Amino acid sequence: MTTPQQHPAPPQQAPQFPPQGQPQGYWPGQAPAGGYVSPIPVRKATLGGAIASEWTKIRSVRSTMWTLGVMVTLVLGIGLLAGAVVSGSAHTGEKPDTPLLILGFYGVLLGTICVITLGVLTISTEYGTGLIRTTLTACPDRGRVLTAKAIVFFLLVFGITLVCTTLVSIVDSMLVGDLVAHAPSGTEWLKATVGVSLYLALLGLLALAVGTLLRHSAGAITVMLGVMLLPLVLAMFMFSSSLADVRQAMLVYSVPNQLAVLYSSGASNGISGWTPLWIMLGLAAAGLLGAYASLVQRDS
Amino acid sequence: MIEAVGLTKRYGAKTAVHNLTFQVRPGAVTGFLGPNGSGKSTTMRMILGLDRPTSGYVTVGGRPFHQLPNAPRQVGALLDAKAVHGGRSARLHLLSLAQLSGIPASRVDEVLGVVGLQDVARKRSKGFSLGMGQRLGIAAALLGDPQVLLFDEPVNGLDPEGILWVRNLMKRLAAEGRTVFVSSHLMSEMALTADHLIVIGRGQLMADMSVKDFISANSADFARVRTPDGEPEQREKLTAALVEAGGRVLPEQDGGMRVTGLPLPRISDVAHGADVRLWELSPHQASLEEAYMRMTQGAVDYRSTDDQRAGFQPPAPAFGHQMPAMPQMPQQGWQETAYPVLEGERPNPYAQPVAAAPAAPPVPPSAPASVPAPADLTKRDSEDAR
Repeated sequence: MTTPQQHPAPPQQAPQFPPQGQPQGYWPGQAPAGGYVSPIPVRKATLGGAIASEWTKIRSVRSTMWTLGVMVTLVLGIGLLAGAVVSGSAHTGEKPDTPLLILGFYGVLLGTICVITLGVLTISTEYGTGLIRTTLTACPDRGRVLTAKAIVFFLLVFGITLVCTTLVSIVDSMLVGDLVAHAPSGTEWLKATVGVSLYLALLGLLALAVGTLLRHSAGAITVMLGVMLLPLVLAMFMFSSSLADVRQAMLVYSVPNQLAVLYSSGASNGISGWTPLWIMLGLAAAGLLGAYASLVQRDS
Repeated sequence: MIEAVGLTKRYGAKTAVHNLTFQVRPGAVTGFLGPNGSGKSTTMRMILGLDRPTSGYVTVGGRPFHQLPNAPRQVGALLDAKAVHGGRSARLHLLSLAQLSGIPASRVDEVLGVVGLQDVARKRSKGFSLGMGQRLGIAAALLGDPQVLLFDEPVNGLDPEGILWVRNLMKRLAAEGRTVFVSSHLMSEMALTADHLIVIGRGQLMADMSVKDFISANSADFARVRTPDGEPEQREKLTAALVEAGGRVLPEQDGGMRVTGLPLPRISDVAHGADVRLWELSPHQASLEEAYMRMTQGAVDYRSTDDQRAGFQPPAPAFGHQMPAMPQMPQQGWQETAYPVLEGERPNPYAQPVAAAPAAPPVPPSAPASVPAPADLTKRDSEDAR
């Protein structure tokens, strides 16, 4: 029986004052052989677990809701507004030969900024707060962490953009369908919905990679905005004729033009068809490879 | 079991950790001490595989961290209490870590209960106090119920109740046979919690021994002796007798003496033999803090100096006006009165003799708190910091 006066924790304190004279006598020799064994069953950590973890992370912060909410608002709002304006102000007479689905382009172009921001924030906030150390302690396989982030982010952006662009395309074609010369073909539909969504998701992956490389939210977002807008802006001011080729390339390969190509019916100078998607796929792959190498090599 | 062998980390020209070799064994709380910037956190990051050692290696349970099977189930760590996304709730933060490590989600609510955060589990951690953040960090470390636990400054910002809780938690974890490695600046806390100490300074190992050994090796236990006030001849008599008996005597400012080298009964005998009455004869056991300060005084990178406000002093009095000698300055006196220089010990370069203070430039007595430190003290400090 324990009397109330007795101190409840003598076993822990006893090791502090062991008998002297023995070598290493200060080590409390009370540790069970083999150390502590947890009763919680050991389950191997998998990529699936990492994906679930990243999903928990991305859905539990407000910046995700804000950036994606703004993106949805921009893509839907501007896309539908453009359709409404065109349908309201249309003249009766000769039908213009412009592609119908490009009405969704303006909203998507603004939406890219949200995708870039979210892509960078997905990893850079971990560096900003120091959470990355906790994450990498919980999962020493750094490649798995980045893979899970990339998969979750890609699917999230792709899914949301697909829903928005499809909705905009359907509504706009109902509003403006009778006013254009020809209805969009199946390929045009596919490019304007799935193609644009893939393009945006890949652009977001590039932002994620830049965020991993730079580890700083503001810096990475600035770099990505520069990559997106500067070629177009610079090309606007290249008046010298000797720079004409450079100017042309910068115009053609700028991100807004690539997006427009995905909306157009084909006859564009320079690139056409699905090419923008392959370009962005290459950029995102290169960026992610660099991000993997950086994440694995560098101290965090 | 954590084992470091020749662990070295350089950042460019700066060596953060130099040739550290130590073992942290299971079943005990091992304290990790060192001044600011001495490489404690760098060492902890290298143990966790976050930083790559420039040379040497460190293993946990015989393997480098990144080669451990189910690492989060074997090692748990609290590195930085603020290392959470402020917008995420405590529960979801832990849930994401659990999912990442393959730990059942039910464990999340369990550890939230252990650290006492169940009531705020669904609140965003931005609003947490530092103490609550520490509790959340400890919860994350305990999530995998691991065998090896690392805590970097776990009691920072905790209230007394929380400090007591952490102390008992560490001891309980160690008593269960786990390896507990904890860094802290709170010496009194370490003295109560740790069984074993690893002390580093400027990235180098300074001590690796039990708390008890550390204190006795790095401090002077002494006896405080006081003779009746107002009878200085008694005091001189006793001093002479004690020195003759082989003791060392250091006078204290309040008229007492510190005697080393003689056991208490012997001091009493000597006093009796010299026919001196004693008002006080008390043993003084050095604290861990004292031992730590004594050991690391040469390895401190960031040392505070007096705020002299030199540019804001009123102009010096007219030329030729001689100031009377300044009274004895209590400032900085603790350094030498608290830690008398032992035999065979390198004198503390920072302990400035009190007598040196009046040699400072004359200062009008009306100026408050105007005690300029001797110039050479500052110089030595800045040389040392390089």
